Amino acid sequence: MPAQNNYPEIILSVDQINLSFGGVKALEDINFDIRKKEIFAIIGPNGAGKTSMLNVINGFYHPQHGEIRFKGLHRKQMRPHEAAVQGIARTFQNVALFKGMTTLNNIMSGRNLKMKSNIFWQALYYGPARKEEMENREVVEYIIDFLEIQSIRRTPVGKLPYGLQKRVELGRALAMEPDLLLLDEPMAGMNIEEKQDMCRFILDINEQFGTTIVLIEHDMSVVMDLSERMIVLDYGRKIAEGNPDEIRSNQKVIDAYLGVAHSN
Amino acid sequence: MEILTQIFIQPFFDMIGDPILFLQVIWEGFVTGILYSLIAFGFVLIFKASGVFNFAQGIMVVFAALTLVGLHENGVPAYVALPITIFVMYALAFSVEKFVLRSLVNQPDIILFMATIGITYFLIGLGESIFGGEPKVMITEELLLPYGSITFFDDMLILQEIDIAASIIAAISLIILGLFMGKTRIGIALRAVADDHQAALSVGVSLNTIWVVVWFISGIIALITGIMWGAKSDVSFALSIIALKALPVLILGGFTSIPGAIVGGLIIGVGEKIGEFYWGHLVGGSIEGWLAYMIALVFLFFRPQGLFGEKIIERV
Amino acid sequence: MFYREAGQFKTTYIADQELFPVKQDRWGLLIIIGFSFVVIPVVANDYWLQAILIPFLIFSLAALGLNLLTGYAGQLSLGTGGFMAVGAYSCYKLITIFPNTNVIVLILLSGFVAAGFGLIFGIPSLRIKGFYLAVATLAAQFFFEWLFARVGWFYNYNDSGAIEVPVRKVFDIAVTGPIATTEARYIVVLSIVTTLALIATNIVRGRIGRAWMAIRDMDIAAELIGIRPLYTKLIAFGISSYYAGVAGALYVFTYLGAAEVEVFDINISFEILFMVIIGGLGSISGAFFGSAFIVLIPILITNLPLILGIPINAATVEHFNFMIVGALIVLFLIFEPHGLAKIWSIMREKLRVWPFPY
Repeated sequence: MPAQNNYPEIILSVDQINLSFGGVKALEDINFDIRKKEIFAIIGPNGAGKTSMLNVINGFYHPQHGEIRFKGLHRKQMRPHEAAVQGIARTFQNVALFKGMTTLNNIMSGRNLKMKSNIFWQALYYGPARKEEMENREVVEYIIDFLEIQSIRRTPVGKLPYGLQKRVELGRALAMEPDLLLLDEPMAGMNIEEKQDMCRFILDINEQFGTTIVLIEHDMSVVMDLSERMIVLDYGRKIAEGNPDEIRSNQKVIDAYLGVAHSN
Repeated sequence: MEILTQIFIQPFFDMIGDPILFLQVIWEGFVTGILYSLIAFGFVLIFKASGVFNFAQGIMVVFAALTLVGLHENGVPAYVALPITIFVMYALAFSVEKFVLRSLVNQPDIILFMATIGITYFLIGLGESIFGGEPKVMITEELLLPYGSITFFDDMLILQEIDIAASIIAAISLIILGLFMGKTRIGIALRAVADDHQAALSVGVSLNTIWVVVWFISGIIALITGIMWGAKSDVSFALSIIALKALPVLILGGFTSIPGAIVGGLIIGVGEKIGEFYWGHLVGGSIEGWLAYMIALVFLFFRPQGLFGEKIIERV
Repeated sequence: MFYREAGQFKTTYIADQELFPVKQDRWGLLIIIGFSFVVIPVVANDYWLQAILIPFLIFSLAALGLNLLTGYAGQLSLGTGGFMAVGAYSCYKLITIFPNTNVIVLILLSGFVAAGFGLIFGIPSLRIKGFYLAVATLAAQFFFEWLFARVGWFYNYNDSGAIEVPVRKVFDIAVTGPIATTEARYIVVLSIVTTLALIATNIVRGRIGRAWMAIRDMDIAAELIGIRPLYTKLIAFGISSYYAGVAGALYVFTYLGAAEVEVFDINISFEILFMVIIGGLGSISGAFFGSAFIVLIPILITNLPLILGIPINAATVEHFNFMIVGALIVLFLIFEPHGLAKIWSIMREKLRVWPFPY
C-alpha cells in the first residue's frame, strides 16, 4: 500500500462533463479532482463510460457540456496533440502501437515532441539533427532498461506477445515525460506474473518520476492495492468516490457490481 | 469586371436565354450520368459484399464490350455472342474469387485495392492480346437496339433513341436487381454479408459463393454498361479512363449506398456537362476530364462520408 | 562465411544508428556507387545507358518519392504522373526564363514547384483517408494533364504543343539537348538520384520518418503522442512531390529530350505505384528493385522470343507487358506483400548464418 496522499495540490479537475453520441448519453455530470502525484483509479462495470472519460481528458472526444482544468489551464475543446503538448500521455485498452516499427522506434516516436531540429538538418542527418537523435536515444535507452525490454529493442512490435506489447506501449507513453499518465486497462489479458511486473512498473513510475497516474482496471485486487483514491462509474454517472476502504464498503458500488441496481 | 461577369452572370443568362439548349445539355449529361451510375452501382455491390474497392469495374465494362464485339467480328452471331460473353463474365468472377480474393482474405483493404489495379492491368493486356488494340464498333443493330433520333421543338431538342433505350434498360436493370436483393435467398444472404462478414459466416452463408455472385452481377452490369457506352462511341480501352469517373461519383454518393451511386452519377454527369458547356470555354475547354474530380474533392471538405454514407465514429 | 557481423561491437549510439550497421553492407554500397560512377560509363554501351540505366534511375527516383508517401506515411496516391509533369513543365519554364542558369540547379528547383502543388493536393488528406484520398489524387493527375495540354504558356505556344529541351552545358560539357552524350546525361541522373536517395534515407530514420510511420500504422495513437496529423501528412506530400517533380524534369530533360504531356498520363502513375508494390512498401532499396523490375520486363519480353527465334511485334509486347505486370502485382500482393526488398533481406539473413541453417 502506498502511503497516504501528502500532495493536496490539484493537477486535473473535471467539472460537470456531459458527453453523448447522437442521443446516447455516455457521460453525465461527471465531477472529480485528481491530485498531483497520486495514483487515481476509474472503475465500473463494462460500458460504464470509463474509456470515454479518458478520451475526454486527452481531447479525443469533445464533451457537449462541462470543462476540464489541467495544471490550472481551462479548456473546452482541444485536439489530442495539444493535450500531448500539455503533458498528458496515454495507453490503450487494445494496444495501439505502431505495428510496423521496432520497439526502439516506437518508444523514440514518443520523443517526437522533444525533438525540434528542422528538415534540412534531418535530410543531412548531421549537426543538430544527429545530436538531438543521440540525446533522445539515451533517454529511450534509460526507459528500455527501466522496463526491462532490452532484448526486444530491434523487434517489430507486431511480432511481440501481448504482454510485452503492453509494456512497450507504456514505454512510449513514458518517453513523453508526461505529468499525467492515463492507463486504460494496463493489465487486461495478462497472467499473474505479468500483472505483478506491471504493478511494479506503475508504482516505480509514480515514485521515481513523480508522475500522476489515472488508471482503469477491472482486477479489483490490483486496483485496491495500487490506487490511493478512485471514482466508480455506472451507466455514465459517478456513483462513488473515495479511498479503497470507502469504496469497498459503499452499498451503491456493491449493487452496481452485483447488478441489483438495474434489475428492473 | 469583365471576367467576373463571364463567370458569374453570363452563363446563367445563356441558360435562361435558350432553355431548349439548356435542356439538351441536361439530357446529354443525364445520359452520361446513367452510365456513371451503372458503373458505380457495380462497384458499390462489390464493396458492400466484400469490402473490396474494385478499381477494375471500369475495365470490366470495356472488357465485356470488347468480348462481345470481338466474338461478333470473328463470325459469331450476336445471339450466340451475348450468352458467351455472359459466360466469360462468370468465368472472370469465378477466377477473381478463386485466384485473387480467396488468397487475400483478411489483408488490409489497401492491399486488396492494389490487387484490383493489378487485375485491371491484366484484363487490359488480356483483352488486347486476344482482340487487338484498335477501336471497334458496337454491334448495335444486331442487338436490336434503336439507333434513330427523336426531335422536339422544331428539331431544337434532339434525343438519340439509343440514349432513351439506355435509360430504360438501366432503370429496368436496377429494378430487377432491387427485387433480386430483396426477394431471393441469395439476395438476402448477400445483404447479410454486406452487414457483417463474420456474422453471416456463422449462420452458414458461404462467403466464396457470395463473392462469385456479386462479381458476376457486377460483370453483367458491366456488360450492359459496355453495350450502351459502345453504342455512343467506339469500344476501346480508352473508355476505361472515362469509366474512372465512377470514382468521384462514389465519393459523392458514399461507397456503400446504392441510391447514392445512382444520384451521384446523375449529379456528376449533368454537372460536368453544364460546367463544360457554359464555363469550359473560359479556360480553354475540355475541362470534363477533371471537373468531376474537383467537384468530388470540394464536396469531400463538407461531407467526407458522402451524400448517403454514414458518419463514422472513431473509437480507441 | 564472409558476411558476418560478429566482432563488430558498437560503443556509441552514433555508431549504432549508422545507415548500415554491418560493415560489409557499408562497403558493398560504396562499391556499387563507385562502380556506377566510374566503371559503368566506360564499359556500358549507348543502348544499355539509354534504354535501361537512365530510365531505371529516373523511375527509381519517382518510386522513391511515392514510397515515402505511400510506404512510409501510408497515404495512397494515384497522381504521381501529374506531379512529374509539374516538375518537367516548370523546369521548361525556368529554363526559358533563366537561360543562363545551371540546368542542374533548375532541375532541382523545379522539384519545389511540384512540392508546392503537392502540398495543395495533400490538404484533403486531413479529412479523408485510404480510397477516398486515392480518388482525390486522381484529380491532380487529370487536372495537370489538362493544364499542360491546354494552356499554351506552359509549352511556349509551340505549334507542336510539345516541349523541346535546349542544349545546356555544365563545365563546358553538354548535359541536356540533342548533342549531350548518353554518358554525360547518365552521370547527371546518377548524381541527383544518389544524393536524393541518401537524403530520403536520412529523413526516414529520423523524427520525420518515425512520425510518418506512426501516422501510417495508427493515426489516432500518433495524434495522442503529439504528432500533428495534417502537418506530418503535408510534409509527406511535399517531399514526395518534390521527388516526383525532379524525376519528371529528369525524364524529359535527360531521357526523352522532347515530350508532350501524354508521357505523364495515368499509366505512368500506375507503373510507379507498381514499382513501389513490387519493390516493397516502406523500403528505400525497394524503390530501386521495383524500378529495375518494371523497366526490365518489357525488354525481356521483347528480347526473349528474339533469342528463341520467335518473331514478336511491338503491340504484342505491350499487351503481354500489361498482362504480366498485372499478374505479378497480384502474385506479389498474395505471396510477398513486402516485395523484393523483403526477399532480399531474407536472403541476407540466410547469408549471415551460412552455412548453418540458423
